[in-house]
Amino acid sequence: MDPSRPLIRERSRLSGVLLETASLLPRILAVVILALSGAVRDSHAQNPKRGGTLQFAISAETPHYDSHGSDTFATVHFAAPFYSTLLRFNLDEYPQVIGDLADGWTVAPDLMSYTFKLHRGVRFHDGKELSSEDIKASYDRLRDPPAGIVSTRKATFADIDTIETPDPLTVVFKMKAVNASMLEHFASPWNAIYSIKDLAADPNGPKTRVNGTGPFIFVEHIKGSHVSGRKNDDYFRKGLPYLDGFKGVFTLQAAAMLNAIQGGQLMAEFRGISPAERDRLVQAMGAKIRIEESSWTVNLLVVFNTERKPFDDARVRKALAMAIDRWGGSAGLSRISTLRSVGGVVRPGSPLAAAPDELAKLPGFSRDIKTAREDARKLLADAGVPQLKFQLWNRNLAMPYTPAGIFLVDQWRQIGVEVEHKQSDTSPYIAAMTNGNFDVAIDFSNLFMDDSTLALAKYLSFDKAPQNMSRSKDPELDKLYEDHIRERDPAKRKALVAAFEKRLFEQGYQQPLLWWHRIVPTHKSVMGWKMSPSHNLGQDLAEVWLNV
Amino acid sequence: MLRYTLNRVLLMIPTLIGVAVLVFFMLRVIPGDVVEVKLRGDGGAVSQETIEMERHRLGLDKPLIYQFKDWMVGLATLDLGTSMWTDRPVTEEIAIRLELSLQVAIMASFIAVLLAVPLGTTAALMRGTWIDYAVRIITIGGLSIPSFWFGMLIMITLLYLFNWLPPITFTPIYVDPLANLAQLVWPALAVGYRYCAVVARMIRSSLLEVLNEDYIRTARAKGVYEKLVISRHALRNALLPAITVIGIEFAFLIGGLVVTEQVFNLNGIGMLFVQSVSRNDFTLIQGMVMLIAAFYVAINLVVDLLYAVFDPRIRYT
Amino acid sequence: MSVAALPSAPTLPRRRSVVIDFMRQQPLGAISFVVIVVMMFAGVFSRLVAPYDPLDIDFASILGPPSWEHWGGTDAFGRDIFSRIIWGSRTALVIGFTSSLLGSSIGAILGITSAYFGGRIDDWIQRFVDILLAFPIIVLALVVVAALRKFVIGGIDVNLIYAIAIPIIPRVARVVRAAALSIRTMPYVDAARAAGYSNSRIIFRHMAPNVVAPYLIMFTAFIAQAILLEASLSFLGLGVTEPTPAWGLMLSGNAADFYREAPWMILFPGAAISLAVFAFNFFGDSLRDWLDPRLRS
Repeated sequence: MDPSRPLIRERSRLSGVLLETASLLPRILAVVILALSGAVRDSHAQNPKRGGTLQFAISAETPHYDSHGSDTFATVHFAAPFYSTLLRFNLDEYPQVIGDLADGWTVAPDLMSYTFKLHRGVRFHDGKELSSEDIKASYDRLRDPPAGIVSTRKATFADIDTIETPDPLTVVFKMKAVNASMLEHFASPWNAIYSIKDLAADPNGPKTRVNGTGPFIFVEHIKGSHVSGRKNDDYFRKGLPYLDGFKGVFTLQAAAMLNAIQGGQLMAEFRGISPAERDRLVQAMGAKIRIEESSWTVNLLVVFNTERKPFDDARVRKALAMAIDRWGGSAGLSRISTLRSVGGVVRPGSPLAAAPDELAKLPGFSRDIKTAREDARKLLADAGVPQLKFQLWNRNLAMPYTPAGIFLVDQWRQIGVEVEHKQSDTSPYIAAMTNGNFDVAIDFSNLFMDDSTLALAKYLSFDKAPQNMSRSKDPELDKLYEDHIRERDPAKRKALVAAFEKRLFEQGYQQPLLWWHRIVPTHKSVMGWKMSPSHNLGQDLAEVWLNV
Repeated sequence: MLRYTLNRVLLMIPTLIGVAVLVFFMLRVIPGDVVEVKLRGDGGAVSQETIEMERHRLGLDKPLIYQFKDWMVGLATLDLGTSMWTDRPVTEEIAIRLELSLQVAIMASFIAVLLAVPLGTTAALMRGTWIDYAVRIITIGGLSIPSFWFGMLIMITLLYLFNWLPPITFTPIYVDPLANLAQLVWPALAVGYRYCAVVARMIRSSLLEVLNEDYIRTARAKGVYEKLVISRHALRNALLPAITVIGIEFAFLIGGLVVTEQVFNLNGIGMLFVQSVSRNDFTLIQGMVMLIAAFYVAINLVVDLLYAVFDPRIRYT
Repeated sequence: MSVAALPSAPTLPRRRSVVIDFMRQQPLGAISFVVIVVMMFAGVFSRLVAPYDPLDIDFASILGPPSWEHWGGTDAFGRDIFSRIIWGSRTALVIGFTSSLLGSSIGAILGITSAYFGGRIDDWIQRFVDILLAFPIIVLALVVVAALRKFVIGGIDVNLIYAIAIPIIPRVARVVRAAALSIRTMPYVDAARAAGYSNSRIIFRHMAPNVVAPYLIMFTAFIAQAILLEASLSFLGLGVTEPTPAWGLMLSGNAADFYREAPWMILFPGAAISLAVFAFNFFGDSLRDWLDPRLRS
């Protein structure tokens, strides 16, 4: 057919190394941009200007207003400006935790009790003064919701024994067991503090009524169009917010969102865009747009259904993993999609992550893809399925699920495996996954912070973790997980995570394919917003101001 | 005439019932449900009991026949139920978006009919000439070019040439007519082109048919002015089938807005429909289908009655 | 989507040089036919005609402009657009032909049955047709595609064909019924009945031939509509899925994001759809003009 075809294969192999080096350049550039923008921001931080309305894009619309019972960023971007949490993340020193409603706190040395002191004079938007019983009511709702109420992250609070309120400004959490990440959970943006009065009147009230202690007061929500809020003059953090108000416009099409930013109708999109979209904005707007980049706490996984033949055979899983050229693929995919970083079970670059050299020792991470693929073919033949054919289930979202699917089909073609790429709407996809009606699938892991207890929970045995789509049962992984939660020494914790990772990839039930890369565009005039590896953090907009 | 009308109205009912039954059972065949999407859609780790609890709250665990009974009883009282995704009444969800879609549809039909009548008439009168061919090419183009591609081309042209974009949020026409039109004229064009083509072709072919009739030949033989022949005899009779097409195509416009609203990011019922389908929000889908079906049936009725008014022969079939 | 109601049942002329006659009377129609033949050739012999494998990913040459190596440029994965359009014609034709054939045939059968037997059968069939017509196409399409287990032959989902065929059925049924009705009232049908001929013989010998012409016209017209419908469904993500080459699919996803760097990604597939649908529509149009005795000049 085409004589130049073999050349292309060779070229991509040779240039793979070059591309990989080249791919470091954007990373360096990103750091420079971040540093510069940080410097610029710092120099302006002394003189934030008051006033103005921030109009930004929210690329999904939340079904309701209750972040306790939601797991989509759409709810956080909608509700965060209206509510406060007990603690929050200090995005200048991520992942450091600082107080939000809590003025100060003490943690017992044995990590079995947490005592928080609350700010004085905090008021809800309806006028009621905040007290420790509001905190208790909200956390009771989180860990043990009444009938008919959904608390999506109930399991994370299982280690809390009792919540005491000795006085109106003090809350004491007593634990049943040590949980080394507990403080970060208190800083989670999902754990909004509701008024005990509202909850008593209607436990489901937060779904349809907004009444919080946050920097902005709810004005209106036009379904399918936008949400808007105005400044809370009574906000407990004095001097904030700087803005007069905000308007979050629901842009369900990426093209529409980009057009609006380009046309000046919207000033930012806080979740993250793809490299192509970034290039388009930069080309069209030049110096008027600011781009901030960071690695992201989201990834895509390859999941094998261990209850179906031949994926119950570890050799088959390993072979299919080895056929994937993560390093080479990352170079190409990072140009056209949000997929970029090669990593293991935790976000590459986070404190507990393994270094690239250690990763390269795991199956599926070999730098020598040619040998790896030959070995993979042999493994498949050994396992008795040299001509493997199966179906790959994927969501039909253009970014980045489609490129991931196309990429995987191509990679497996290289070892003679024929894959049918089935993309479907979210609903049938989830149905297939939860009912185990698939061969291999692309799954996703969406963490709101770098917490290994959340990250690793996905790989636990199926009876312990309903979110384990591979339906695997591995007591060794379960034990390593339990040990690492209770381990207080950071070095030992890291070693446990490394051991967990090794076991997981050797068995290969499900494994991260690539981690995403977050690219956030903001108009030059938007100041005070802070970038982080999670798109759910920093959305309260309290410190944002407009430099016009 | 009264009997004819009554007859037609009564025929509407079994059709609507048939639609209600069909849509209900078709939807329940789909694997997957709204609760999974809501609670697990973004990778959450929700326990199975939470899912069961939500299902129970939405009535999804009742035997199929009970759910069906609820649906039919609700229909009889014009209660379309509540959306399973947002827990708001279906009628409310639809009402918010209806204004926009209706406006686009009406604008599209306006443009379409305004252009189609002269186009179709000219093509028929100048049959066989290059004008006829030109109009045929234009109209078949309208039928062939995918309206979403046409919409994309419009957007790209606006951006490329003028670096301008339609406003992103909807303002009702009585609040700010300029902003409203600036946003909606483009999707109206994209959808209207096709509509115009269909109507123009219909006018052309029915006019051609009428022009061959004996009474036209008689009128010409009598020496009546050509213009009078056309306007008084030919057009009037030719417009009748055209009205049918205008009506029917208008009803289908609403469904056809689905793709166009995606391209232009409009908060209309087409967009709502796609979202509700991908979320498996059964009640919302059912409600929308019933509304569209009722709309279609109502328009059919109006068209049939108009036909009967103008063509007495029909009343006696 | 509608085909103008047919004035009366046109008949196929019984001349030898049918083809020459057609070409002389409908030159543009003949040109459309040639376009269709070229499309079919590209579809059947895609493997030979397309310069590249449409599934070959090449990250080193993504978003390339049209050049000697890549006539249509390359897309976001480095796949050759021209090859994908060639292979896309196969997808379009297969789906177009089979859905239209299925839908038109079932519709014709329903129409003839309805017209011939009349009475209660006619009423029930007409109700069914009315109900089917009241559904937005998208609903029907989605449910069929999602409800039945995916059954893929040669990279194309058979359920998609059912999904597109179903909306065609009622439309063809309506028209065929009208055409068949005009025959039914003719005396020779009554005579045949009186003579004791079986129903099926009357239907096949007398009614069917008169319905053939409108059937052919609708069949052609609906191939065009089917291709358009497939493009829309794929654009919404409900039709053909990656990496199968299909024109509508090539327009969806992030193709619009690259409109500045790579406008050819949008222009060529859209032009292909338009051209194909145009050709079928024009051909059907010319066919109808040619066959209708009363419109012959």
